[in-house]
Amino acid sequence: MKNPYRAQNIAFFFLFLATLLIVIPVGLIVLVIVQKGLPAINWQFLSDIPRQGMRAGGIFPAILGTIYLVAGAIIFALPIGLLAAIYLSEYSRDNLLTRLIKLAIVNLAGVPSVVYGLFGLALFVVFFKFGASILSGSLTLGIMILPIIITTSREALESVPYSFREVSFSLGVSKWQTIRHIVLPNAIPGILTGTILGLGRAAGETAPILFTVAAFYLPQLPHSIFDQVMALPYHLYVISTQVPNVDEKVRYGTAFVLLALVLFMNLVAIIIRYQFRKKKKW
Amino acid sequence: MRKIKEFVIEKLILICGLASMFFVALIFLFLLKEGLAVFKNASPFKFLFGRSWYPISEPPQLGILPLILGSLLVTLGAAFISIPIGVGCAIYIAEIAPAKIKEILKAGIELLAAIPSVVLGFIGMVTLVPAVKNIFHLPTGLTALSGSIMLALMATPTIVSIAEDALYSVPRSYKEGAFALGATHWQAIWRVILPAASSGIVAAVMLGLGRVVGETMAVMMITGNAAVMPGSILAPVRTLTATIAAEMGETVVGSEHYFALFAIGIVLFIISFIVNVTADLFLHKRQQ
Repeated sequence: MKNPYRAQNIAFFFLFLATLLIVIPVGLIVLVIVQKGLPAINWQFLSDIPRQGMRAGGIFPAILGTIYLVAGAIIFALPIGLLAAIYLSEYSRDNLLTRLIKLAIVNLAGVPSVVYGLFGLALFVVFFKFGASILSGSLTLGIMILPIIITTSREALESVPYSFREVSFSLGVSKWQTIRHIVLPNAIPGILTGTILGLGRAAGETAPILFTVAAFYLPQLPHSIFDQVMALPYHLYVISTQVPNVDEKVRYGTAFVLLALVLFMNLVAIIIRYQFRKKKKW
Repeated sequence: MRKIKEFVIEKLILICGLASMFFVALIFLFLLKEGLAVFKNASPFKFLFGRSWYPISEPPQLGILPLILGSLLVTLGAAFISIPIGVGCAIYIAEIAPAKIKEILKAGIELLAAIPSVVLGFIGMVTLVPAVKNIFHLPTGLTALSGSIMLALMATPTIVSIAEDALYSVPRSYKEGAFALGATHWQAIWRVILPAASSGIVAAVMLGLGRVVGETMAVMMITGNAAVMPGSILAPVRTLTATIAAEMGETVVGSEHYFALFAIGIVLFIISFIVNVTADLFLHKRQQ
């Protein structure tokens, strides 16, 4: 028989190679965008409107639009998602209904982003007659990030030890008061992590906002939630594929701002989670 | 008073708990509402297996077979690349990497999952597409192959994290038992841990490929968008998702083209539903 240790070395080498094949492209992608995008960033780029058919000037309307959309999405999704997580962790029993709810969450997370766009178009833009607007786009993004918020919040709530609840009950405190004053405060870091991850996802998605809100080019800022806005991911798509002869610097700059925004949020989420794990007393 | 307040709050919690079911149903309902109208003029068979997609000709020809094959080709290519790499990386992280490196790798994978698809599409356009063009001496680098490579990268975070979970949850005693019988670490992984985690790994692969089928922006930017029957992996193709994203902006609400794009949405929804339910069954099987 062949030497098993030699087989092991060969196998481990290939596993290491597979890992490198993922890690190196990720590093390169981030590196290229930072290296070519960072020099494009200056105050004018961040604060000015796009000029000369989006070939010069800044991307301020797109940044602001993305902030509005993300804020709207979270205002809608956080209360519903948090209450749904409380239901799953505190109230649901292990029965068919709970299983179906969990399956629905998995499915909601798996629906392709462009199908969310279709849904938002059919329901909010056409059926409710909101038109292509911040409201339609935010609601569409809100439903899309709901599963992320529910799943992470539920994990946070469930990680609070059951004994905390028992002590509270034994003191005669009602179920809701126990949740409100004992369970929730202990789960806040986890809920925050989920919320920020949801924000990052909403900020980066393009397909759901294509037909529900995103404007190709709109130099003025929105006045109400029924206005269209520009958005960073859609703007990057437009200047990469739809507008010819855009300076490479503008493209990389836009990609850098979008990537920095999304990665910054993820980093914050990771740090909160890490700190929380370190401090956890139980 | 307090009792009434608690009653209201608890009912509210129940309603929100049911919200995700409500939204899934709502999405499907509205896709059906807008999409089924297309079958007034074309039979479902002709829609699914028609070989030409000319939505704005007169009369429109709405056969989505080229789009289905485009999606299939790109997905198969991505599967070919991402399954060995993703599962290999998961094994490395779960079994071999030292604790510190493991944390860094996991953070790196999370980083990859967080990069917006439009950014990956852009990077693909400026780096991968010219590279494919030069290597294979093609007239254009916007091909199914470019899409497959980029999508493989997008599928790996899902595959790695779920497969790693599955490997990690194999009881320690299995491995210890193998060691006690004199197996090397690799023999223990190959003969004991991998089979024990197999249903979780299958679920991981399915969910990763589900993500590939549904991916839109990157695919639209780098596969060339030619809605013809795909000839080879080195030719431009058009996927189901890219068709919706590229054409919906130009349709009139209520036109046949508009209905047809929603019907494609129904197809995508059903695919993702099947993938997710099956993957969930596999994951559930593991827990029992």
